Amino acid sequence: MRYAETGYNLEIDLSRGNIERVETDPGLTELHLGGLGTNTKILWDRVPPETEAFAPENLLIFSTGILCGTPAPGANRTIVSTFSPQTLLMAYSMMGGFWAPELKHAGYDKVIIRGQAPNLVYLWINNDQVEIRDASHLHGKGAVETQELIRQELNEPNAQVAAIGLAGENRVYYASIEQGRSSASRGGIGAVMGSKGLKAIAVRGTKDVNIARPAEFMELCNEVLKYIKFREENPIPGVIPILAVLGSPQEMKVHDEAWHTQNFMWGNARTRKKDFWTEEIEKQWTETMESMRTRLISCYNCPLKCGATITVPGQSTYMMKCFSKLTYTMAAMSDLDFGLKIAQRATEYGVDGYSTPQVMAFALELYEAGILTDQDLPGMPSDNEGRFYWLLDRIVRREGIGDALANGTYWAARQIGKGAEAYDHNTIKKHEQLPLKLSMLNPIYFLMYSTGEKMNITQIEGQFPQAPFPKREQREEFVKEWFQVPDEKFKQYFLDWEPRGEFSNPYYPTIEATCEIVDWQERMHYIDDATGVCAGLSSFHLKPPYHIHNLPALISAATGMDIDQAGLTQIAKRNRTLLRAVNIRRGLKRADEKPPANHWKKRFPELETKLLDEYYKFKGWNNQGIPTKESLQALEMSYVSEDLEQRGIIKNEQS
Amino acid sequence: MNKVKKKVKVIKIDVDKCNGCRACEVICSSFHATPKYSSSNPARSRIRLIRDPLKDIYLPVYAGEHAAAECMGRDKYVVNGKEYDECAFCRASCPSRDVFKEPDSGLPLKCDMCEDEKEPLCVQWCLAEALTYEEREEEAEEEVQLGDMEIGLKSLVDKYGLQQLVDTVARLANKERGHTSD
Repeated sequence: MRYAETGYNLEIDLSRGNIERVETDPGLTELHLGGLGTNTKILWDRVPPETEAFAPENLLIFSTGILCGTPAPGANRTIVSTFSPQTLLMAYSMMGGFWAPELKHAGYDKVIIRGQAPNLVYLWINNDQVEIRDASHLHGKGAVETQELIRQELNEPNAQVAAIGLAGENRVYYASIEQGRSSASRGGIGAVMGSKGLKAIAVRGTKDVNIARPAEFMELCNEVLKYIKFREENPIPGVIPILAVLGSPQEMKVHDEAWHTQNFMWGNARTRKKDFWTEEIEKQWTETMESMRTRLISCYNCPLKCGATITVPGQSTYMMKCFSKLTYTMAAMSDLDFGLKIAQRATEYGVDGYSTPQVMAFALELYEAGILTDQDLPGMPSDNEGRFYWLLDRIVRREGIGDALANGTYWAARQIGKGAEAYDHNTIKKHEQLPLKLSMLNPIYFLMYSTGEKMNITQIEGQFPQAPFPKREQREEFVKEWFQVPDEKFKQYFLDWEPRGEFSNPYYPTIEATCEIVDWQERMHYIDDATGVCAGLSSFHLKPPYHIHNLPALISAATGMDIDQAGLTQIAKRNRTLLRAVNIRRGLKRADEKPPANHWKKRFPELETKLLDEYYKFKGWNNQGIPTKESLQALEMSYVSEDLEQRGIIKNEQS
Repeated sequence: MNKVKKKVKVIKIDVDKCNGCRACEVICSSFHATPKYSSSNPARSRIRLIRDPLKDIYLPVYAGEHAAAECMGRDKYVVNGKEYDECAFCRASCPSRDVFKEPDSGLPLKCDMCEDEKEPLCVQWCLAEALTYEEREEEAEEEVQLGDMEIGLKSLVDKYGLQQLVDTVARLANKERGHTSD
């Protein structure tokens, strides 16, 4: 018997209409655990690097994490992996919600989709019965609407449905996959789903997920719950509201938006409004939120309430979470009322809440600069908010200028030309970033932005405070109860980190310490991405309930494997290195590894070069960021170095 | 009849506080697995969350007594403008629907309040405090312990109704008498 995992994947060939249930190799679980780890292995093995995102040969993998479907709190993430039409690299967006546990209970760890359906279809997985069903009647339907329609059509209210909207069908490079209160939005995986002619996947499962050492496992789960409760009752002092408490940032609950609105940039990541947040605005926005927010809601088996159902009068209800609360508001220089209203339409269309507003603000900047003219934007309304709706409607239909904009700021700028490239100023590896423009280079964030292959900082950062605390006493207080550190030295790094002076950014933490801190943060995310535990209870947070000391025991008790801290670290490193190799094989270069030029005002080219050199070394990569033969060997992945050698990407030292 | 003290166990359900996470279903199914906690499967849970976020419906329902036959009619509630499914509030495992039945065997499930635990597990795992637990003592008339034959007869009454049972017994008795008089 297999524990925690089911030991089966579902292989779907949409071109031929073929469905197979395939037993998986337990050896791969030992090496890669599951989730992102095994997804990466499958993409390495089965998708040649020259495969284009929308080619039938590209795979779209919906995976559970190894702990999904077990009682481990918050283990509910669906890890969707494929190749991105936007970055051309591996995309691995994830979503919470209820889908992954349902798939486990249906008896599968992953659904692996290849090919292209001749007509729009959806997949219905009901335990052992799996069908490819016609979805032509769902053409153009909203992503939320589609989920409802499918549940009704199947007469199965308990089915969990992941669906795309019009944006995915029309292959918008930042189309999302929506599911209940969650979405997998980044990297254009919704467009890949659309290119396969797959409108949705509905799942219902009523089978057991087994635990190898039940008593031990349950004790650990209870400790996690107890600590969640403790953290709820004891917010961390001295940090911004959303970092003080657990959860995928509690944007739906917290009304105090002073930090976001005054530190993040408005418009096309351009304008800072330092004195924006007033009592009057707080009152107005609180009223808006409370009048439209029906309820704070959670994902599967998680007590945190990170999402909300939002009902805008006269529009159908939708669900929202996290910072999409403010992205439209701030891009359009508007207010929360507008933000919540347009997000309803955007959610039905199924687009990424980070990229979409930025692309539209970018278009309007081009218009102001005279690069786009009235001829390019025929019929665009004159009011700002109206323009955002107008642009959104065109983008998801790829109508007129919407066709270029649907490819994101990087590609659109190059298609439009006439100097538009300069307005694509906030992307990394062709992917829109959070609208942050800061002053002094932070060495830790420099490395995370540059090298993090998720290209989305909230899925790279965590564990270590984002900035030094002003006073030593505050830092001493913070490190007192900080048992999550993998090593005591991290406490010292933080204690010594000062806002100004010798021990401050950019030269402190030292290069060596910076590498270790970044590696720790990244390691925890890679573990979560394999287990399916939400970063909001784990890697994203300061002092989270899941950490490097209890995760090995949890995974061991659930799976029956014996994994200690070193073993888990090794798995995370293997997964991370393999993902790097996948992207290297697809053309990722050192030159791509940089934050937006204007991310920090004060830059230090020499230091930055050294940081990157040392970090690459630390990771076992050569100075082009390519994993070395030795490090691949040590990670039992000689097949990777052989392949990279054959392709001439790394040189065979013997020859 | 003698009066005795009886412990009444109550789970208070505050649907306004429910965050829809289904931790109650997870831990219930896990607690009742054999061996304890060896598997998890909300489909085996003795608490079911009826959840429809778009309609803001969050309704945890506990499995009650098994009903061999379905009711003569069904009910459908509308509360504060929200229309609930047919029989949504009913706790019975009955032939009219799939809930509260073991997914493999179809055998009925029933909440046992987790017997010896200090609080039912669903309550312990509900950090949203939508489920809370209360215990109180009540005076009740001492129940007469049923004998084997009575238990057997009672189940026949449950299944066929008292009248049919009486008629059948009478018919059998008649036959029996007929034979002996031969």
